[in-house]
Amino acid sequence: MKLYEVFIRSRRGLDHKHTGSLLADSPEQALEYARDIYTRRSEGVSIWVVSSADIIASQETDCESFYDPHDDKPYRHAAHYQLPDEVNSM
Amino acid sequence: MSEEEILFQQRIDAELKVEPKDWMPEKYRQNLIRQISQHAHSEVIGMQPEGNWITRAPTLHRKSILLAKIQDEGGHGLYLYSAAETLGISREELVQALHSGAAKYASIFNYPALTWADMGAIGWLVDGAAIVNQISLQRTSYGPYARSMVRICKEESFHQRQGYHIMMVLMQGSQEQQAMAQDALDRFWWPSLMMFGPHDAESANSTQSMKWKIKRKSNDELRQKFIDQSVKQAEVIGLKIPDPALKWNKAREHYDFGKIDWDEFARVIKGDGPCNRQRLQHHIRTHNEGAWVRDAVAAYEAKHKKQPTRAA
Ligand SMILES: [Fe+2]
Ligand SMILES: [Fe+2]
Repeated sequence: MKLYEVFIRSRRGLDHKHTGSLLADSPEQALEYARDIYTRRSEGVSIWVVSSADIIASQETDCESFYDPHDDKPYRHAAHYQLPDEVNSM
Repeated sequence: MSEEEILFQQRIDAELKVEPKDWMPEKYRQNLIRQISQHAHSEVIGMQPEGNWITRAPTLHRKSILLAKIQDEGGHGLYLYSAAETLGISREELVQALHSGAAKYASIFNYPALTWADMGAIGWLVDGAAIVNQISLQRTSYGPYARSMVRICKEESFHQRQGYHIMMVLMQGSQEQQAMAQDALDRFWWPSLMMFGPHDAESANSTQSMKWKIKRKSNDELRQKFIDQSVKQAEVIGLKIPDPALKWNKAREHYDFGKIDWDEFARVIKGDGPCNRQRLQHHIRTHNEGAWVRDAVAAYEAKHKKQPTRAA
C-alpha cells in the first residue's frame, strides 16, 4: 500500500485544503477511503487525493534560499508607503 | 434551454461557483477564455511601459520598487494563464491568439510612458482602475478566476500606493517636477477611464456576462467608482483632473464627468494607438527569442520519460 495525501474543498469557490493522509492500493481506492475517513459529516464538495511520493516539498533547512531575500524588500508591502490620512485607505 | 443549462443557471443564481470539472455551456467557457486571457495578456503587455523606466529610475530605491512591481505583474499573468488553462486551452493557443490579434489586451498599454511621472500615473491610475475592476471580479462565478483575483488584489495594494507616492513626491518638488506630474495625469486620465470599456448600453458582451455572473458590476458602475475615489486623491496632493465638466452631483451622490472620446478608444483597440505595433512586436520578438528555453524544457522532459527516476 501507498501513502496518499487528501485535500478537501469545503465549499464551492474555496481552495482545496490539506486534510490528512491515508494508505491505499490505488488512487481510486484512496478516493473511496478518503470519503469514508475524512468526509463523514459533509466536510466538503470535492476531494483530491495525491500520492505522497509525488509531492515535491521544500525543506525547513532551505528556508534561507526560499524566503530570506524577502526580508530586505519591505517596499513590496503596502504599508511601506506613507500617504496622507485622507487617502490612506488606498 | 437544456436541463443541464437550467441546472447550471440555478447554481449561478444561488451564488455557487463553477469549478473546472463541472459541466458548463460552451459559450460560458468561450466567454471566460476570452476574458481571462485578455486579462492575462494585459498583465504581461503592461510590463512594457514600466520596463522602459527600470534603467532610468531616479534612485536605486525607486528602481527596486519598479522591478518588484513588474515582477508581480508577470506573476499575475501566470496566475491568469493557468486559470484559463483549466478551461481546456493551451498556453500556445493563448499566446498565438495574442500574436495574431485575435485576443486583445487593455488598450491603456498602447500609450507610451514618456517621463518618470508616468510611472506615478500608471501605478496610481492604471493599477487603481484595475483594482476597482479586480475587486468586483473576486466574486466572479468561475472558481479559479475568482481565486486568482483574490491573490492578485492582495498583491496590487502596493502597486497603486507606490505610484501615488511618486506623484506625491513630485508635487512636493520644483515647479518643473509638479508640471511633470500634472502632465502625466493629463495624458493618463482619459485612457484610464476607457479601461472600463464602453458605456453599458453599447457593451456587446455585458448582458450575458452579467447573467452568468462572470461580470459582477457594469462598466459604468465601476468607472464611476474609480472617478469618485480619484478626485479626492488628486486634490490632496494638488493635482488637477483634466475635465472641466467634473462636478459633484448632490442628487446622484457621484461626480458628473465630461464626454469620453470613444473614437480614440475605438482607434486604439483597432490597433492605431501610439504604441500598438511596438508592444506586439516586442512580445513576439521576445517570445521567439525564448524558443530555446521551451525547447530545452521539452528535451529535458523527453529525456526523463525515457529513463524514469522514480518507479511509477
Ligand atoms: Fe497586476
Ligand atoms: Fe499592478
